[in-house]
Amino acid sequence: MSNTMNVEIKNGRVVDPASGADAMQSIYVVDGRIAAVGNAPKDFNADRVIDAAGKIVCPGLVDLSARLREPGNEHKATLESEMRAAVAGGVTSLVCPPDTDPPLDEPGLVEMLKRRADALKQARVYPLGALTQGLKGQRLAEMGALTEAGCVGFFQADCPLTDTNVLWRAMQYAATHGFTIWLRPEDAHLATGGVAHDGEMATRLGLPAIPAVAETIAVQTIVTLVAETGCRVHLARISAAPSLAVIAAAKKAGLPLTCDVGIHHLLLADRDIGYFDPQYRFTPPLRDVRDRDALRQGVVSGVIDAICSDHTPVDDDEKQVPFDEATPGATGLELLLPLTLKFAAEMKLPLKNALAKITSAPAALLGIPAGTLAVGSPADLCIFDEQAFWAVTPRTLCSQGKNTPWMKRELVGKVTQTVVGGQTVFPG
Amino acid sequence: MPAHPQLDSQGNLKHLLTTEGLPRRLIEQVLETADQFVSIGEREVKKVPLLRGKSVFNLFFENSTRTRTTFEIAAKRLSADVINLNIGASSTSKGESLLDTIDNLAAMDADMFVVRHHSSGAPYLIAQHVKPGVAVVNAGDGRHAHPTQGLLDMYTIRHYKKDFTRLTVAIVGDVLHSRVARSQIHALTTLGVPEVRVIGPRTLLPADVERLGVKVFHDMKRGLEGADVVVMLRLQNERMNGPLLPSAQEFFKTYGLTADKLARAKPDAIVMHPGPMNRGVEIDSPIADGTQSVILPQVTFGIAVRMAVMSLLGAGGRHE
Repeated sequence: MSNTMNVEIKNGRVVDPASGADAMQSIYVVDGRIAAVGNAPKDFNADRVIDAAGKIVCPGLVDLSARLREPGNEHKATLESEMRAAVAGGVTSLVCPPDTDPPLDEPGLVEMLKRRADALKQARVYPLGALTQGLKGQRLAEMGALTEAGCVGFFQADCPLTDTNVLWRAMQYAATHGFTIWLRPEDAHLATGGVAHDGEMATRLGLPAIPAVAETIAVQTIVTLVAETGCRVHLARISAAPSLAVIAAAKKAGLPLTCDVGIHHLLLADRDIGYFDPQYRFTPPLRDVRDRDALRQGVVSGVIDAICSDHTPVDDDEKQVPFDEATPGATGLELLLPLTLKFAAEMKLPLKNALAKITSAPAALLGIPAGTLAVGSPADLCIFDEQAFWAVTPRTLCSQGKNTPWMKRELVGKVTQTVVGGQTVFPG
Repeated sequence: MPAHPQLDSQGNLKHLLTTEGLPRRLIEQVLETADQFVSIGEREVKKVPLLRGKSVFNLFFENSTRTRTTFEIAAKRLSADVINLNIGASSTSKGESLLDTIDNLAAMDADMFVVRHHSSGAPYLIAQHVKPGVAVVNAGDGRHAHPTQGLLDMYTIRHYKKDFTRLTVAIVGDVLHSRVARSQIHALTTLGVPEVRVIGPRTLLPADVERLGVKVFHDMKRGLEGADVVVMLRLQNERMNGPLLPSAQEFFKTYGLTADKLARAKPDAIVMHPGPMNRGVEIDSPIADGTQSVILPQVTFGIAVRMAVMSLLGAGGRHE
């Protein structure tokens, strides 16, 4: 993605959560990297000028979970459609989970995905390798070879480990080599068969339920093993209030633990399921409003490090079925920014604090050179109109997944231009 | 929340999906309409022409000879053409989706679908999919609702107790998995029953059940104290031994309805059960067959109540 063009982005309100800067100034890009912010570097001649008047310029978004559905589920989405969706949403770096078909448990699969994604010259893709072979929870995947192939961590996705010995050994092994393990904390036995949060709504609707303790018990087990092994662990998609207290205590004790939340869990709750609307089926399930409020506070307080889209394109056939048979998840890459802005507005959270959760914070926990406007960083930028209304419709979404609770609703905040390595990739 | 999918814009019934949020006047309308049909069962010619020329599809994705039969009798007494389809698990294994199945049957000019499905909410999906004028009756979906059973139970209670606003009703057993209990609770609270109790071990009561407007009891004798109506729920075989309960024997000992426990209820309390009964598990045989039992009248009233529901929905269809 390198090029020798000099680009000036001028007249925009530049918000850089990493440095805390928030001012009207220009950004100067040389060779795909940020050469200066504010004053032009010496002898700078712009080959191209992007006028960002009335817009906000921030680091390109870093999404900690976007399912691209390749390999194996191309009927739900293709790499082309989802990479387009990413840059349309201002996402310039994304982590893809290994729950493809087959799962990303072999270096060849990871290399092919990286190569295919790189060839599209859009967002940067950071795959997570499968923690265990076939995500079956028994034999460890070849973490060393997968790291060489480009994996940034190892994830068990939505197939929670049932064998605590495997979890312990995986963490010992990963700690040996300095790998990061990602886990969505859930006790498999407590979650078996459940499709909704165990509370009043599931009781009314007669839906098989997953109790909050299913998550909290798993968090406690993981925290205990982090303390024992020293393994660096990222907890994905926290959903329940009681888990946050455990995570906060572990962080306070200095354990190498980070966590994220899906954006939908900050804005929705189980009662929104209404009359069995499958668009509100998520993994983990939407919990009750008290959990949602605790998650919101967790983001504000910093117990929750990052917000992700948990982008999951699902085709109509898998949503137009009874709630318990529906494939969970929602499309999200193009909604991450407006929904984060909505969350910030509801919480009266300053813009740069909200943006930090989808730029600098996820980049920092990944350890990638992104999410910042520091001089020398890759020029990955998201330029958006903070006040633009737009309607979510099948036509306005680039993602092949049109599955979202926000369909036919209006959101505020629209990406107008996305830049990766100094190149405008959206609109493209 | 969007408008309730079982009501039209004028607030009339266009489907029957649940008793939750079903307005009192509509419940009373069903009960009053059923009054007229109870006597039909006693006549030489048991038919009325209210649904003549209409096609009712009994669509059972889960086996139930009993419920299907009562719907079939009800539809036939209304002179409808009845088509029974037991779909079971086989059609899904053939790969046909639920909505494809519905589309195919709708193309055969169905006027009404009576649906039983193992998934909670499946009848909602169907109701939102069928064209205007086609009615959906929920004949039991997952753990969610069994509204005609709930309504026939209201009919039975009204028959024996007249005034709902003075009653204490106790529902005993496996509330967690029971669509019948949920439909009863919503109908009872809507009809103004001041005290609805649920009785069972914590393993068989769903989370936050008190938010449905019921009082929770774990001690059966205390829960039955002064009750006017005792509803026993069926305990499925597969739930008798496992993490929910140690054994059927222990369940019977603590929550089975026996003479000494029933003695705590009012002397004129009635005993109900939606069937099929497990004698010696949730109810002692002498009680099931005793003077306080109204279990068989429930079945008889069930036909009249289902006729009432179908005739009201059939009439609604004509107006659209």
